[in-house]
Amino acid sequence: MTESFDVNAELTADQLVRLTALQMAERLAAGTTTSVELVQAHLDRIAEYDGDPRSDAASDRGVRAYLHVNTDEALAVAAEVDAIRAAGGAEAEALHPLAGVPVAVKDNIVTVGQPTTAASTMLDGWMSPYDAHVIERIRAAKLPILGKTNMDEFAMGGSTEHSAFGITRNPWDLDRVPGGSGGGSAAAVAAFLAPFALGSDTGGSIREPAAFTGTVGMKPTYGAVSRYGVIAMASSLDQVGPAARTVTDAAALQQVIGGHDRRDSTSLPDEQADFVAAAANRDLTGVKVGVIADQSTEGFDAGVKAAFDADVQALRGAGAEIVEVSCPHFDAALAAYYLIMPSEASSNLARYDGVRYGNRVVPEGGGTIEQVMAATREAGFGPEVKRRIILGTYALSAGYYDAYYGSAQKVRTLVQEDFAAAFEKVDVLLTPTAPTPAFELGAQTTDPMAMYLNDIATIPANLAGVPGLSVPGGTVDGLPYGLQLVAPAREDARLYSVGAAVEALLDERRGTPVWAQAPDLVKGAERAAAPTAGGQQ
Amino acid sequence: MAEITRDQVAHLARLAHIRMSEQELDTLSGELGLILDSISQVQEVAGEDVVPTSHPIPLTNVFREDEPRDTLTQEQALDQAPDSEDGQFKVPAILDGE
Amino acid sequence: MSSNDVMDFGQAMEQFDPVLGFEVHVELNTRSKIFSSAPNAFGDEPNTNVTALDLGLPGTLPVVNKEVVEYAIRLGVALNAQVAESCRFARKNYFYPDTPKNFQTSQYDEPIVFDGHLDVELEDGEVFRIEIERAHLEDDAGKLTHQGGSGRIQGASASLVDYNRAGVPLIEIVTRPIVGAGDRAPELARAYVTAIRDIVKAIDISDAKMEQGNVRCDANVSLMPKGSDTFGTRTETKNVNSTRAVQHAVQHEIQRQAALLAAGGTVTQETRHWHEDTRTTTSGRPKSDADDYRYFPEPDLVPVVVDREWVERVRAELPELPAVRRKRLKAEWGFSDEEFRDVVNAGVDGEIAATVEAGATPAAARKWWMGEIARLANAREVEVSALGVEPAHVVQVEELIAAKTINDKIAKQVLGHVADGEGTPKQIVEARSLAVVSDDGALTEAVDAAIADNPDVVEKIKGGKMQAIGALIGPVMKATRGQADAGRVREIVMERLGVG
Repeated sequence: MTESFDVNAELTADQLVRLTALQMAERLAAGTTTSVELVQAHLDRIAEYDGDPRSDAASDRGVRAYLHVNTDEALAVAAEVDAIRAAGGAEAEALHPLAGVPVAVKDNIVTVGQPTTAASTMLDGWMSPYDAHVIERIRAAKLPILGKTNMDEFAMGGSTEHSAFGITRNPWDLDRVPGGSGGGSAAAVAAFLAPFALGSDTGGSIREPAAFTGTVGMKPTYGAVSRYGVIAMASSLDQVGPAARTVTDAAALQQVIGGHDRRDSTSLPDEQADFVAAAANRDLTGVKVGVIADQSTEGFDAGVKAAFDADVQALRGAGAEIVEVSCPHFDAALAAYYLIMPSEASSNLARYDGVRYGNRVVPEGGGTIEQVMAATREAGFGPEVKRRIILGTYALSAGYYDAYYGSAQKVRTLVQEDFAAAFEKVDVLLTPTAPTPAFELGAQTTDPMAMYLNDIATIPANLAGVPGLSVPGGTVDGLPYGLQLVAPAREDARLYSVGAAVEALLDERRGTPVWAQAPDLVKGAERAAAPTAGGQQ
Repeated sequence: MAEITRDQVAHLARLAHIRMSEQELDTLSGELGLILDSISQVQEVAGEDVVPTSHPIPLTNVFREDEPRDTLTQEQALDQAPDSEDGQFKVPAILDGE
Repeated sequence: MSSNDVMDFGQAMEQFDPVLGFEVHVELNTRSKIFSSAPNAFGDEPNTNVTALDLGLPGTLPVVNKEVVEYAIRLGVALNAQVAESCRFARKNYFYPDTPKNFQTSQYDEPIVFDGHLDVELEDGEVFRIEIERAHLEDDAGKLTHQGGSGRIQGASASLVDYNRAGVPLIEIVTRPIVGAGDRAPELARAYVTAIRDIVKAIDISDAKMEQGNVRCDANVSLMPKGSDTFGTRTETKNVNSTRAVQHAVQHEIQRQAALLAAGGTVTQETRHWHEDTRTTTSGRPKSDADDYRYFPEPDLVPVVVDREWVERVRAELPELPAVRRKRLKAEWGFSDEEFRDVVNAGVDGEIAATVEAGATPAAARKWWMGEIARLANAREVEVSALGVEPAHVVQVEELIAAKTINDKIAKQVLGHVADGEGTPKQIVEARSLAVVSDDGALTEAVDAAIADNPDVVEKIKGGKMQAIGALIGPVMKATRGQADAGRVREIVMERLGVG
């Protein structure tokens, strides 16, 4: 697409927002678009199509991706970038290539000047006195921040239905979920409400929403992007990464936010590779692609399985070498994950007690601090968060630690060994990102295990700390599905390289990128009159 | 089904400092039982000899130099406090003294 | 009977053998905190020595202060212990408003220091070897101030929290059970805590001010009936904050438990609070299922690997330890065992060393610090070190005596004035005109007057009763207001009377 892109073309606001982030950057550099125009086009579109997760879901058929829209600051940063470019000289030369291209941020990443809630009542209204490391990088590169996106509360969930404030809709079908926990970021990108966005991925929270919305999502190698300022769910699994419409845009955004940070002890000291250069690859010849022969596909949608098999054939046709590999312990990964994650989360979320910040709840008639803490946590946390805290408390408690947490940490070792053995034979692994396309709103909210099974393909990468990239495969029954590529630790560049080639191959086969096929959205004025439940628009 | 009694859940809720209604305790004990049924298989997967992994990417000796920096002002520290007095965070009486 | 009745200590020792154990928390004197870059300082405005981490703000992450690891290695070497080749941190989960993340970052299954020992000497020279099980690093909690209820937690209406102390580095030193101390257990408790305090001060890892909470002791006490080797149920007396209090608390707890057991009761496993005013302990919180700390490896920190070169470098640079230093000083000073022990027990070995360093003889230094200065401190109810008399002052006093400017009696007065803050001995002698009358003319005049006034005494002296000379010296000293050198006066008397 980039090849046929005319940087000087006259574009409407509607066309402008459909450009990739790098195309927007090219126009800014060429002076054919200003950053203020770009930001304003997105703000207008947000006003028109997004609505508000806090409003009544029955009557608001907007995408509801943003919890907070950062209008004034985004326009101010845009104006600053425009002024620097207009003035020319050394300062203009020194501008980051993406300066002036707007970005959206998941609401579990702390920001000065905008509220950060992690979509929890507990933190509603909380203002951070400091910026996350990735936000410092975004600010240094002068990318205007459009706002904070909706998510499952404290990133716990796979559908964004567990936001304390309200649901986000899938732009492909407003009655379906956008995936989760980063449903807001993925929906914003898919609905052209932002060219790219930041997410966080503990068990699939960037990749699964990418698969559900026909976009690209990358979970970098654990430690490749600093977690400083990212509200922790499970510290040994959490990783920040980009959501975008193209692999190259994701690569460009990771280039901005990644690299060493002395404030995160688990941050890798490595120099970052040139991800954007890696994403220029279009050649799959001789690339050894592993498909897992022995992972259970129980619960996998037949359409997704068939489409996946077709995509594997296409890769083979393009010169890739398809190799069957064995990962015998992946089936136990889900169980290990649902012990490690809640255990760490139960401890990480202990700090929300209404003493230092956040919303304190005093029981009727007052109470001791213990009673106030318990009432605060009862009122401040939603059911899914409580479920995981109690599960984690159980797994760590005296007499159960060895059986549960200890055993899970051993499974983690076995999963790592499976990956190591596989990567002796192949360059990357290929799996479907999620077992099914986006499901209907409310379909899984009453069955926690069904919801947990959505993460079955994405979890092993988190347990092992290796990078995973979801690229759009195509559509099944009009809904997107995702392909997940996994590479060894510290080989993020390899994923961008292979991912970009797979993306180009499939785009060519389809004749169009998946994200360009998303149906048109309903404008605000018409939304109010639209049917309130059931049926696709 | 794995047995998680209501009393056990009540105990866990006390440890986690979350007040719960009788109904929540009932619901959670049922759900936790089901979840544990699915995840207790981890106990059978790994043998004695497998070394547990707590960090996905092994790093050691990540240190900070002993230099004071980056402090908040008292005003910043207390800015989001639900209650404060005399430059300190204020909390209700403590029942269980150390 | 009440669980607070006590049995006579001697009687208790006839029936029971005490078993002790200590957990001593030492606050390290690094410049910044253990996991955050906030200053590690005492006494500042509340909630000013805090970063976002020390308030447990969302998204914050810990990073280990390298100096803290260095200090732990230093302590490990000083305690004749193993320094772990690899160790890690763990979270100890419990809710308390002084703990900003509602977990403490500590070490659990992999402490940095383990398997050490310390030889502790009691006042009479008997030596006990205390086995050190482990020493581990952790962060301190914030400080709570209770409103209402006379500042105590019981009956308080609200509490205020200051997180300046939250994250101050602590090292917790844990002993193995100490068996066999018998009736010396209370003394041993005091000697052990004193030894730890002196070591951490000598190796400069802590300011070691117990009154500021730099060194805090939890004392475990249990009793077993004479002849039994099965440990009884123990209690843990918390935060006993002076070496003397440790001794009293252990003795009290032995007497209390003995009374309880002798009456057929049982000891409850619980924490107990020490009350300095009444010298008793009261029941705190019993151990309960709320003490399920759910330890697990701290995922936000990576393991600490201490290579052997690091340990050897620290060992080579280790400052002289108190025990080694004492052995050296005793030899250098030539004191007898008893003299030296008295000096150490009086806690003035440091002052004597400094005084010798400044030029006095060991004997002279000992004479002043153990004599007049100790008496002054005692009379004024302050520590010798807080009296205001410096080693240099003692050296100056010695110089003034050697020059015969003053005598011993005046020297004592001068030291009193030094302690009053009137200046150096030389300044005081000058300002108060305390110099000895050394003008032989004036002395001879006074002697002649005394001879004239006391003909009977003169007769005795001339008759060979030399001890009667004292009866003439007295009036002379009186006439010169004490500022005469008694030896010189004696010489002049003999000269004038033509005797001797």
